[in-house]
Amino acid sequence: MSFIDAETAGKGEYDVIVVGSGAGGGQMAYTLAMNGARVLMLEAGRKYDPMTETAMFQTPEMAPLRGVDTPDKPFGFYDATIDGGWQVPGEPYVSASDKDGERFEWWRARMLGGRTNHWGRASLRNGPYDFKPHSRDGLGFDWPIGYEDMAPYYDKVEMLVGVYGSNEGLENTPDSPEGCLLPPPKPVISDLLIRKHGTKLGLPVVACHRAVMTRPLDWKNVPAKLHPGNTVAQDILARDMRKRSPCFWATPCGNGCSIRANYQSTTVHLPPALDTGKLDIVTDAMVAEVPLGKNGRVGGVRFVDKRSGRSREARARVVVLAASACETVRILLNSKSVRFPQGLANSSGKVGKYLMDTVGSGVAGQIPLLESLPPHNADGATWGHMYMPWWEYKAQKAGKLSFARGYHVEFYDNRRMPDFYTNAGLEWLSGGSYGRKLKEDARRYFGSMVYFAGRGEMIPNENSYCEIDPQVKDKWGIPVLRFHWKWSEHETRQAAHMQKTFADLIAAMGGRTQKPPETDGAKAIEPGGKIIHEVGGAMMGDDPQRSVVDKWCRAWDVENLFLADGSVFPSNADKNPTLTIMANAWRVADRILDQMQRKEL
Amino acid sequence: MDRRTTLKWMAAAAAAFPLGQFVPLQAAERAREAKPYGTDPKLIDAFHPGELWPLTFNPAQRRLATALCDTIIPVDETSPSASAVGVVDFIDEWISAPYPTQTVDRKLVLEGFVWLDAEASRRFSKSFTALNAEQVHAICDDICYLPKAGADFVEAAKFFARYRDLTTGGFYTTPQGRKDVQYVGNVPLPRFDGPPLEVLKKVGLA
Repeated sequence: MSFIDAETAGKGEYDVIVVGSGAGGGQMAYTLAMNGARVLMLEAGRKYDPMTETAMFQTPEMAPLRGVDTPDKPFGFYDATIDGGWQVPGEPYVSASDKDGERFEWWRARMLGGRTNHWGRASLRNGPYDFKPHSRDGLGFDWPIGYEDMAPYYDKVEMLVGVYGSNEGLENTPDSPEGCLLPPPKPVISDLLIRKHGTKLGLPVVACHRAVMTRPLDWKNVPAKLHPGNTVAQDILARDMRKRSPCFWATPCGNGCSIRANYQSTTVHLPPALDTGKLDIVTDAMVAEVPLGKNGRVGGVRFVDKRSGRSREARARVVVLAASACETVRILLNSKSVRFPQGLANSSGKVGKYLMDTVGSGVAGQIPLLESLPPHNADGATWGHMYMPWWEYKAQKAGKLSFARGYHVEFYDNRRMPDFYTNAGLEWLSGGSYGRKLKEDARRYFGSMVYFAGRGEMIPNENSYCEIDPQVKDKWGIPVLRFHWKWSEHETRQAAHMQKTFADLIAAMGGRTQKPPETDGAKAIEPGGKIIHEVGGAMMGDDPQRSVVDKWCRAWDVENLFLADGSVFPSNADKNPTLTIMANAWRVADRILDQMQRKEL
Repeated sequence: MDRRTTLKWMAAAAAAFPLGQFVPLQAAERAREAKPYGTDPKLIDAFHPGELWPLTFNPAQRRLATALCDTIIPVDETSPSASAVGVVDFIDEWISAPYPTQTVDRKLVLEGFVWLDAEASRRFSKSFTALNAEQVHAICDDICYLPKAGADFVEAAKFFARYRDLTTGGFYTTPQGRKDVQYVGNVPLPRFDGPPLEVLKKVGLA
């Protein structure tokens, strides 16, 4: 079993169809296949091989336009994303409003492994508060599970993919058990300066958690911990873990990693899953709908084979959607039947509702102390050796802040390989120098810029949702999404707070900013979708009237339909969602395996 | 730049520019349609200006582009000039590219060239490339910093700022440019040690 074509897939017999090959789909297929289930994975994008396609040591002058971002490659030429971006040719979406602050921009990566190929690798656990936000402050929704339900799966995912970090014992910022985390990399010079001054301001500056291997994985012990009693899986995983190299401290993570030092579904989940012989993958397979059978169950999916343009079907006992939050919602809403005229599994009317992204806002500063430093290699693991977890839980609980939820802070400096932008717009520092003076200025300022980015929690609201547009279809004839978006003051005030925090910190470091911090949160906040942490739209919950799936992410309405991506999130903690998507997918996969064993599926 | 702005530039240029004294550079239309590289280019290939879309500069524009690049980044004891490491080719590639940002820059740059020649003619009755260093600086000093540019030079200062960014963008992304700012990296290391002691000391952290 391996990569097969669409026609062959239609003839196969499978236990589970997994739609999507990213963090959720990759983890789901891995766990199922490692435990003997026959899995068919459908991916809407093309096959992608990070071993041969990744730009590793390529430098900007080898790329068109020095590698800058273009509409074809929105994160730059060498970014791992192919056939992706906030716009995908032939696959439009609609915004219900064109007003500032009311648009949602939808990032997609149509490729095997999806956006896991390019992501930032920040891998933060949700804390106990993050599963029960409504209980804590009366806003949003609680998850039907708690931290204790997810914790064992965070442990497993960390051990499987390789996550560096440290245990700090901080509030709502969980420690990992011994043996889960890899040691964090040494801080870079700006990290140390930020820590010195941040600490004085009461900001916790600690090792970040990122899915980058800082040393070889423990292939002798981890496989038995992850797959107890399953020697076949243990052998496959041990073999594969030995093929992954730890980080060699060069080349940007966002380009992807051909030595497999960081997590991408294509370098971590799919190789061992394919080695089981239980996983078939069809790429260029765009799932259009999940037809409902007469028995009230689903029997498979209908998809468009992009290579031929033909509509095809594949069958299985169980269907798992992990197409990314909005694409999963789109498939459900497009799967209409007599029983579900508003879309599959949508008797609650909640499919598409409570869409969330992450609150983002940033400030750049120039730090004289970092000017003209002796040259040294600061490439490290690209970024994120350190970060700041949210520090104001107590003040927030006491009602001392004007917004309800927290943010964490990511930061980095520009002592890295110069790109097109490194010395652009220097005139606020240089007074418009050119000639020999400009060359001196460029030397002086190199490495002295620091960038702070806040990543905060958005509370789900009634005004942020998606639905099917009544007119527009994509090039495959599939109706597209229409997005509605609004921030609440909890988000905009949080963004303004970020601005002030970063400006204060830059000032404390003796630095300067080009402009004063933005005090209007509505202007400080990045547009919806821009942080690419969209989750929600098919919430899990305890009440079938108010949620789409149960706590096992099984559709309340359809007993053999499961969701395994960010769509099921009832809240979107400041913690980047990928680790939680993976942990949850593993949890759901275990449930599916259990139910299949008990012949309940 | 919109038509109104263009006219403003041209008026400024034409004011002391006797027709027929020399032929100004024309803001060239595209010879052939440029195609984007698409959403799935081969990332590990090396690309060179002119391979993906046709270039723009005619010989006169190229001479002016070279002179301006090397005014912004001249050769010094540390590194070569911008034009010596291919920055003119890069800027030609840039303004010829079929993307929105680059299309805006195309107009700005080509019209900026026309202005520069006209201004050189107005002040010194020569084309820009025939000016001596003092004369070049006389013009560039007036347009090198937008916040201090006189009312007549605002548009030209916007052009200069962008052209400077294109020049630095092209220069510091070459091996010579990386060496000039003493970037060290893009090589595999057995371990990552963080900043050396002398760096810690200089920042006051050791």
